[in-house]
Amino acid sequence: MRPEIAPESVPRLPRHVKLRHDKARDRWLILVPERVLVPDDTAVAVLSRVDGARSVRDIATDLAQTYHAAVDVILADSIALLQDLADKGFLAVTEPRHA
Amino acid sequence: MPEDHAADIQLVSRAGEDTGRSHGLPLAVLAEITHRCPLQCPYCSNPLAMEPGSNELPTADWLRVIDELAELGVLQIHFSGGEPTARRDLGQMIARATEAGLYSNLITSAVGLTRDKLAALVEAGLCHVQISVQGAEPALADRVGGYRGGHARKLEAARWTRDLDLPLTVNAVMHRQNLHQLPAIIDMAVGMGASRLEVANVQYYGWALKNRHALMPTPAQVEDCTATVEAARDRLRGVLEIDYVIPDYYAKRPKQCMGGWGRQFFNISPSGKVLPCHAAETITGLEFDSVRDRPLAWIWEHSKALNIYRGTDWMPEPCRSCEWKEADFGGCRCQAFALTGSAGSTDPACAKSPLHDHIFALAETEAGEERNRFIYRNLSGGTEEAGPA
Ligand code: SF4
Ligand code: SF4
Repeated sequence: MRPEIAPESVPRLPRHVKLRHDKARDRWLILVPERVLVPDDTAVAVLSRVDGARSVRDIATDLAQTYHAAVDVILADSIALLQDLADKGFLAVTEPRHA
Repeated sequence: MPEDHAADIQLVSRAGEDTGRSHGLPLAVLAEITHRCPLQCPYCSNPLAMEPGSNELPTADWLRVIDELAELGVLQIHFSGGEPTARRDLGQMIARATEAGLYSNLITSAVGLTRDKLAALVEAGLCHVQISVQGAEPALADRVGGYRGGHARKLEAARWTRDLDLPLTVNAVMHRQNLHQLPAIIDMAVGMGASRLEVANVQYYGWALKNRHALMPTPAQVEDCTATVEAARDRLRGVLEIDYVIPDYYAKRPKQCMGGWGRQFFNISPSGKVLPCHAAETITGLEFDSVRDRPLAWIWEHSKALNIYRGTDWMPEPCRSCEWKEADFGGCRCQAFALTGSAGSTDPACAKSPLHDHIFALAETEAGEERNRFIYRNLSGGTEEAGPA
């Protein structure tokens, strides 16, 4: 079943999901099988930081600094957004390490 | 409910949002790189007069065309055929598409694949694989495909696809001979590790029109099929996404074909012709432009064959004054041609077409006749199935 996103999860985009800036239309796009999605600014900000190395918490911390916002709010938003993509099969995660 | 941070793309032109136009920047292209295929499916959407290997666009032309596609704004390229893996330069094309930023999908019968071949394509940047199946078990599936041992090879190729961590779509073309196996096909798709299943009812042009006597489903089969799909969708939510379109002859309203003629999609034939859809060559009298003669960007804007049925201006009644004309664009031009002799008339799949009742009756009669013998697709004009009808 679909992975559950937690603050310590390390998300990555699987091979069949491409985030790219489209020159012809001048916008960010997510390419997936048989579909093309247009991410909003929040999704672009989060997804462009998804690299298979940083955890969701790392990403939220980075965003909080960049946009001068509260890290808790950003963390909750990021989890919701990433969970939605994971539910659709568009995001993979490395399981959180349990201490 | 989380808010949706990624919506489906809307059509845009180079100047920005502009929904009033008859077409936008193309989103996807179907690259039919060859008509050669080891299978002989009697419903094949290729034209009856197929291109022999000697007419195929050479590698260098394809590589140039791939760059032109990316430049034009195309986002996804579907490598298809015939059987695309029959061309040894497929890997080169995928690599070029990847370099150019295109998303590559392989539409394959899977019969000619090996694990190494597939791994090389993945290495070149392939993003998604679609495998066609002809039934739920070898006896029927191999009969439909006209290729002994084909079904088993498909299952094997599905395993490699998932091993190589690529998502899999299973495409099941359904007709009177195999509709009873739909429940088993759905289970099989889950077993194959597919994330999508296309339950595609045969479209009747080209080879399928020649085989309509053997393929046309009965109304009862269609009803069962719809119920099976609906139940499976519920049961398999989050596991398997099922695409399903009700067969045209039994529909009340036509489907929106290709998202509209020349609106967001096109097809390139093995010899390099630019077509609005894979079946458009069945319409006689249209002249298609070739990527051998013209730049793609010119063709997309100016090709007569693309412009002739773009938008809604070409429409006759009852479409012209119909509230749904922007929704379905008058249905399928190829089907209109096949059934009325004119590509510019309303698709008879529509209940408002004066021919609708006639084709419904025709379908019902034909489905009841039990003429089950196929005419197999091949380069020599078709071969009738052996054995009792
Ligand atoms: S429909 Fe069958 S015969 Fe036609 S290209 Fe596909 S696999 Fe080959
Ligand atoms: S009349 Fe034409 S536009 Fe209206 S529903 Fe039928 S095909 Fe579509």
